[in-house]
Amino acid sequence: MTRSLHTRTTWTPRSTETAVHALLRAIVEPGFFADGAVQTAAALGGVVAVVAGLIGVFTVIRSQAFAGHALSDIGSAGGSSAYLVGLAPLWGFVGISVLAAAAMERIGVQRARGRDVATGIVLGVGFALASLFLYLGMTYHNGSGEIPTILFGSVFTLSAAELPLVIGLGAVALLVALTLYRPLLLASVSPELAAARGVRVRLVGAAYLLALAITVALCDLTIGAILSTALLVGPAAAALRLTSRPHRAALLAAAISLACTWLGLLLAWDSFYWPPLRHGWPVSFFIVTLVLIVYLAAGALARGRRLRG
Amino acid sequence: MSDQPLTTLAQSAPVSAGCGGGEENVLELAGVTVELGGRRILDDVAFSLRAGELTGLIGSNGAGKTTLIRVILGLLAPTAGSVTVSGPDARHSVGYVPQKFMLDPDLPVRARDLVALGIDGHRLGVPRPSRERRERVERMLDAVGAGKFADARIGRLSGGEQQRVLIAHALINQPRLLLLDEPLANLDLRSAREVVDLLARIAREQRIAVMISAHEMNALLPVMDRVVYLADGRAACGRAEDVVRADVLSRLYGHRVEVIHAAGRVLVVAGEGDDAEPSHPHHLDPEEH
Repeated sequence: MTRSLHTRTTWTPRSTETAVHALLRAIVEPGFFADGAVQTAAALGGVVAVVAGLIGVFTVIRSQAFAGHALSDIGSAGGSSAYLVGLAPLWGFVGISVLAAAAMERIGVQRARGRDVATGIVLGVGFALASLFLYLGMTYHNGSGEIPTILFGSVFTLSAAELPLVIGLGAVALLVALTLYRPLLLASVSPELAAARGVRVRLVGAAYLLALAITVALCDLTIGAILSTALLVGPAAAALRLTSRPHRAALLAAAISLACTWLGLLLAWDSFYWPPLRHGWPVSFFIVTLVLIVYLAAGALARGRRLRG
Repeated sequence: MSDQPLTTLAQSAPVSAGCGGGEENVLELAGVTVELGGRRILDDVAFSLRAGELTGLIGSNGAGKTTLIRVILGLLAPTAGSVTVSGPDARHSVGYVPQKFMLDPDLPVRARDLVALGIDGHRLGVPRPSRERRERVERMLDAVGAGKFADARIGRLSGGEQQRVLIAHALINQPRLLLLDEPLANLDLRSAREVVDLLARIAREQRIAVMISAHEMNALLPVMDRVVYLADGRAACGRAEDVVRADVLSRLYGHRVEVIHAAGRVLVVAGEGDDAEPSHPHHLDPEEH
């Protein structure tokens, strides 16, 4: 990790330092904002967080959290196969997620029950492939460091060179969601109602699944294939507890997701001197924990509001 | 979904007596026959609907009501016959309220959002909010008496309230025909009464044809101008007093039925001395076609 190369500068209080500065310094370990790896992580993580929040709202509305989770688990097969052949994991994540989304659509996303079964089947195959590729990769490349990176993410190790691709993919996902906004919302209320108005419900669903697959792949990259659903669904679910307007929910989810990601990065940076190993805690742990806290707080807030009003 | 045009010109058949011929025909069905999987769901159905009139589409569950509605909506192509909706833009001349469906109470869509989706929910892109649009939604909500719960999530409204919102959603684009599939099912008597009165008022005041499907006609009797009575895929139509008669319905069912008038209500029951199955047209099946 980049952080291990970093030496901590000793800090001596000067008379010009105010109490606020001192407090800030206690929270933000020195070097946080100057470090290149942090800047890259903040940029990549930020873009992914915003996309995940916006797309995630529709995932929750359409009850496709399970599909999102399946796509991310399958993503681990993509990440590991890319590792095996020496490609950047993102290509593997995107390629396999989109393929899996197409397979899920083919098997039968149009029926609610078929959707669950189709998802479950594709998910199992994905994990089986992941275990094979990771095993082969470990054997060929003589290492095991990539496994936790693919499964649990490691945003500090990402390179700035990935930023254009991440932004491009995020833009594609957002463009699909924005284009389909109204028919997607109408079909989420009632496919019957949408069909009667001439909406091609299945086509809209398939296009949305594509946006979901891309988003999941991006989350795989930053917080890992196993945890990516948390970033996709958590902020959206929290936002939906707080507002009954779809576009507000989307914006709020993006804000929550971004805040959790950046705060998670900060805590991970701080945790470098924390016990037991004094070698830093995983960023993904912090991000997902923060998402959970926000989700629970949103629930409490919504309950309180209902009781009062 | 199928994408055939709503107006199909296949073959024409004579319109059955008592059900057509007006100058203000909004919808015309001629010889509509639907076969699905070798089964004949609709058999030579012909009738027309006039502007300003409320028509009851009456039949037991499985008689073909929902299939007929799907044909009119253009979601299902008839095996034979033609469906003609007058007006330039057939698809958007028909407002539709589907059969009761489960709404997630957490769905972040308020009553007013669903009504706004009635304007342009089928279009791509995000809606552009404007004062004119807001006021139009507001007027529509008030017109159906849904102003009080305009800001509530639709999944948290009662059945009667949801019906009002769905009617507003279907009406906001000023269709010439409003189709409602079993809007009174699952409503308590008072809500059903209110919804029926609302629909009758809409038909008269806005001069649109309203067609309400129901397996139970009594709630509709006071306001229904005409009835399309479906039994085993065949239809009889006309004024209620001309159709809901023992001789007409016996011919339709193909076995003897009695029509009993009691306490201002009408009951259709299988007649005596008939070995046909004891089909009570109004009994409740969980399955609807």
